[in-house]
Amino acid sequence: MHDMIANLGLGFSVALGLQNIALAFVGCLVGTLIGVLPGVGPVATIAMLLPITFGLDPVGALIMLAGIYYGAQYGGSTTAILVNIPGEATAVVTTLDGHQMAKQGRAGVALGTAAIGSFVAGCFATLIIAALGAPLTKLALLFGPAEYFSLMVMGLCFAVVLARGSILKAFCMIMLGLLLSTIGTDLETGQERMTFGFPPLADGIDFAVLAMGVFGFAEVLRNLENPEARDVVKAKIGRLLPSWEDIKQSTAPCLRGTFIGGVLGILPGNGAVLGPFASYTLEKKIAKDPSRFGKGAIEGVAGPESANNAGAQTAFIPLLTLGIPPNAVMALMVGAMTIHGIIPGPQVMTKNPELFWGMIASMWIGNLMLLIINLPLVGVWVKLLQVPYRLMFPAILIFCSIGIYSVNNQPVDVAFTALFGLFGYLLIKLGFEPAPMLLGFVLGKLMEEKLRQALIISRGSFMTFIERPISAGLLVVAVAILVIALLPSMAKKRDEVFTE
Amino acid sequence: MKKLALGVVAALALAAPAQAQTKYPERPITMIVPFAAGGPTDVIARIVGENMSKTLGQQVVVENVAGAGGTTGITRALTSAPDGYTIAMGHLGTFSAAPATYPGLKYDPINGMQAIGLAGGTPILIVAKKDLAPKDLKEFVALVKANPDKLNEAHAGVGSVSWTTCTLLKGQLGVPKLNSVAYRGTGPALNDLVSGQIDFMCDQIVSVSEQVKAGTIKAYAIASAERSPALPNVPTTKEAGLPEYQIEAWNGIAAPKGTPKEVVDKLVDALDKALDDETVKKRLLDLGTVIPTAEERKPAGFAALIKRDADKLSPVLSAAPK
Repeated sequence: MHDMIANLGLGFSVALGLQNIALAFVGCLVGTLIGVLPGVGPVATIAMLLPITFGLDPVGALIMLAGIYYGAQYGGSTTAILVNIPGEATAVVTTLDGHQMAKQGRAGVALGTAAIGSFVAGCFATLIIAALGAPLTKLALLFGPAEYFSLMVMGLCFAVVLARGSILKAFCMIMLGLLLSTIGTDLETGQERMTFGFPPLADGIDFAVLAMGVFGFAEVLRNLENPEARDVVKAKIGRLLPSWEDIKQSTAPCLRGTFIGGVLGILPGNGAVLGPFASYTLEKKIAKDPSRFGKGAIEGVAGPESANNAGAQTAFIPLLTLGIPPNAVMALMVGAMTIHGIIPGPQVMTKNPELFWGMIASMWIGNLMLLIINLPLVGVWVKLLQVPYRLMFPAILIFCSIGIYSVNNQPVDVAFTALFGLFGYLLIKLGFEPAPMLLGFVLGKLMEEKLRQALIISRGSFMTFIERPISAGLLVVAVAILVIALLPSMAKKRDEVFTE
Repeated sequence: MKKLALGVVAALALAAPAQAQTKYPERPITMIVPFAAGGPTDVIARIVGENMSKTLGQQVVVENVAGAGGTTGITRALTSAPDGYTIAMGHLGTFSAAPATYPGLKYDPINGMQAIGLAGGTPILIVAKKDLAPKDLKEFVALVKANPDKLNEAHAGVGSVSWTTCTLLKGQLGVPKLNSVAYRGTGPALNDLVSGQIDFMCDQIVSVSEQVKAGTIKAYAIASAERSPALPNVPTTKEAGLPEYQIEAWNGIAAPKGTPKEVVDKLVDALDKALDDETVKKRLLDLGTVIPTAEERKPAGFAALIKRDADKLSPVLSAAPK
């Protein structure tokens, strides 16, 4: 305990230097501004802005990059709330209630809740990393391919069980998502699958392309049907900041979300994706009146946003303590560190204590900056919603296209987004929800990969999933969820996670 | 007045191509890195590119065009105009292994490309989980040969450096069918090696050196001619008894075929100067990179290296179970 305080003292002495504070601020600001471009999630933002940190010293550069990361993460939520476009997988859940709140004139409250929830989660996550970073590393190493596959199965069971009304439609969409995720070059064999020999499909479909299409473009198409009943936000703006009542309502979800997101964030292979989703499921399950969810329930924003931010931060644990990046963003951080001559490994903590603790202290400072930057910006974002539709629609499309193009510098990505836009419009017309499809899509890639890795290691024996205790435990939970849902009495209470 | 203006425009238009020849470069140069930002190739491209900008007097802008094991980006670079404004930083995989790995490849690194020069050699290590029984490379080779169906090898996907180099190793050891587990990138593979889910892998020194130093994994040998200053205790494959396993994951620059000689000369010169710069050298050495010799930095030397490794890899890769 004493050590931790001394270490945090060292960290803050590094992070509170004038230059580093300025870098954290600039990082958060730039990250937020670029991150609100629809389709530009944290990975793309960091990749784009990585070069501007080259002239800095390593600690300063990483502090700025971490700021960009949080800023971009938060920027993704902003577009999810305002225009129903998730910037990345973890923001999909935020579209559900966040955008509904915006439609009801509570965009400011939703944005404020997201900012405050993120800050609270950030504070707790910083403390967790400082106190338990090293021991928690073991958790990451307990999860092999078999455990990870079982975790994904559990995630999918949540989706099926809690899907709205037509469980069949939700199931179909999840399956479609799984199928879409199998397009591309097969990881184990290098053979192309379902690409029809079309080279741009060789790497599969990008999440941003699919999400932008079925959410962003489709949304614009749908709104064109009756331009008068403008959907984004009517003239009324309402409060800009959450009221005392709102805050009281969001406190518990925010803390639960922090815990769930924080734990899942440590897992290798992007476990953080499940965080917001699990938090939303939990909030809905324990709510007194679950029917409010999907219609602008503030808990549906507070919980997932906190989970999202906590996971984003605890994902640093495997990187800082093991030297192994758990996801694409952290892989970029590895690149940033190596460019500055620090090769990540298990000894970063002892070899570069000022970097390690400086980073941790800067996480907290970065979250504070985010709050300071975003609360005033809430007013600006909300005003944007008053822009007339005839200007708003082309602007959304243009920014989506710029965002999509900038992710991979591939023009064909923009064309694909347009195609998925038409497809998304069709889905809306037929009453299918796109969110379960995106979940299936995100989990599908990981599931297949982990399933095959586990089976190769076990020489084809499915028993591996049952013989390994953690994997077996997760599968038991998955089965239990399914059984509960299939009991008639429970089935009545079944409500959907994905509601628009 | 109008006529005069037209005349000036026409004169400028006529003068432009001639100038482009003599005054290259007069606008920023795009260096396509066919992998995501932050990866080993990207890091080397940025370190070298930054210094080349100083010599050329124009910014060398790194553009990441990832996809299909790097072949998407290289295809784009090599099919662009041969004017020296679009060049590519490829590696062992994209220039030597790709023709055997990707049957439909749209470029020919041997005959259809202007090699510029080698930018850095990255040693490859054979690493294993820390409690794998063999104590040295000889014991490891014996174990692999005796139990080809019991061990698991990890790599970062077909076409990746770890896959290419490990396929070569398995080919040379006569166990091409040894179980291999594909991961999406080196990071996840390393995670499972550290936690002991898999037994061994081959990878670039920059990815594994810190883990080896910390003792979370162990290294049997380095597949280069000399030991690396980054890991001086790890023997070379020659010292450890497997001299035929020699492979480096080098990175080098290439331009489209037909790039004018004076442009090539300027790029070669800029690369040469960058590799002699003390700051660049230090940063590359920190990564465990081997600074190329004077011969390898030239188009002919680099082209020879591409050909040599392609000849070494092609038979193994073509026969590899995919």
